[in-house]
Amino acid sequence: MEALNDMPDIPTHLKYTSEHEWVNLDDDGMALVGITDFAQSELGDIVYVELPAEGETVTQMESFGSIEAVKTVADLYAPVSGEIVGVNATLQDAPTLINESPYQDGWIVRMRLTDLQEVEKLLTADQYSEQVGEAE
Amino acid sequence: MELAIDVSRSETKRTALHDEHVQLGARMVDFADWRMPVQYDGVLREHERVRSAAGLFDVSHMGELFFGGPGALPTLDHLATNDVTSLQPGRALYTPLCNERGGVRDDVLLYRFDATQFMMVVNAANHAKIAAWSREHLQPETELHDRSEALSLLALQGPRSREILSSSRILGAIAARLHDLPYYHFLPGDGRDLVAVSRTGYTGELGFEIYASHELAIALWQETLASGRAHGAGPVGLAARDTLRFEVGFCLYGNELAEDVSPLEAGLGWTVKLRKADFVGRAALERQKREGVPRKLVGLELQERAIARAGFEVRVGERTVGSVTSGTYAPTLQRSLAMALVQRDALEEPMCVAVRGRGIPAQRVTLPFHRPAATK
Repeated sequence: MEALNDMPDIPTHLKYTSEHEWVNLDDDGMALVGITDFAQSELGDIVYVELPAEGETVTQMESFGSIEAVKTVADLYAPVSGEIVGVNATLQDAPTLINESPYQDGWIVRMRLTDLQEVEKLLTADQYSEQVGEAE
Repeated sequence: MELAIDVSRSETKRTALHDEHVQLGARMVDFADWRMPVQYDGVLREHERVRSAAGLFDVSHMGELFFGGPGALPTLDHLATNDVTSLQPGRALYTPLCNERGGVRDDVLLYRFDATQFMMVVNAANHAKIAAWSREHLQPETELHDRSEALSLLALQGPRSREILSSSRILGAIAARLHDLPYYHFLPGDGRDLVAVSRTGYTGELGFEIYASHELAIALWQETLASGRAHGAGPVGLAARDTLRFEVGFCLYGNELAEDVSPLEAGLGWTVKLRKADFVGRAALERQKREGVPRKLVGLELQERAIARAGFEVRVGERTVGSVTSGTYAPTLQRSLAMALVQRDALEEPMCVAVRGRGIPAQRVTLPFHRPAATK
């Protein structure tokens, strides 16, 4: 039997990809991106994060970086297309911030969206919960 | 990201401690047909627990084969590359078992109880293979008894392990004798509930392994976690077991060791005794020793923040000269390290590891990567 506190945290105000990234959209076309609580828990302790440089442009659902955990590596996929306007530099020295705080201190990049329509392809918290529920 | 979500198959076996692991919140995975705890509260924390205090492992997936009778010693000496005739009662011996080509069939621990009684501890993935192969090679007046189903195996590893285990009520009189137990020696139990407590392990730290009935193992597991808490001890899963053995340069079957890798290539020359009586693989190993090994296991340190995983190619320029056998972030050393089997003629060249399309420069470093203080 799984204890209640083992359930992954899936905040309702965020959008998600089927590949376990989350997106926090604001009103002026900017987005904060990270990986979900479920993803960090599956990966285990994260030791290196390979991030794009500021100013790079990325395309929706294309790989734009990677996360190395002790046991495994996973590609990061861009949830939306756009320009990288900020990267979380503290992750270079403290990558386990992603494990400890996947939705807050462990954010990964800030982006400026080029196509607001792409947001329609993202999953709601309910849809993502359903997907994670099936995986477990 | 793509996550490899583990889904248990119905036929996987459970150790006697399965429910203890689930209760502790362990993440369980399938490993060599067994449902095993891969981590409890995080691989880095569990790794550190063993290096600084003590960690308790359930490694009951390992197999225990008992050889008895006047033919037991010659049988084992014929299968092992190490010298079993020199093994004294009350001591354990690490040895590869080879095929005729000198490749490693398994790497095992042999325990000698008396003149005619031995226990061979085999890797879970090789259990069926080695049991069958041993039966084919039994010499007259030898009995082989596979007790794997009836026995659990616990390991308590770390600088505080002796203190913790010495206070065990369950181990009774044996607990008091652990203080004087040297490295690779063991104390036999009654043979039913407690088979043996040995000064052995897979972490490079001071540590013990306990072979016992399931019932006694469950009781000892609970007792050790309760009494160990004040010492900073706790459970440790297979993920940290792997990073711990990796740092101290121990080979893992399926990674460094395989049917097409010889013990001489893997840096286990000290376990190959060519002066003893004939054994399986001897001719091939003698030839390799004479002509030099085609490949050698080396330590590498990656010069960038990337991890060389098992199977990644090692290159000199455009030429592939070997492959990574194990690689990870070493938690104690906080460096990205790898072990790799590399062709002899490339050992002095500047090497790269191909990490997802990129050549990451890798510096040769000596094995083992780490030597814990005072383990022997």
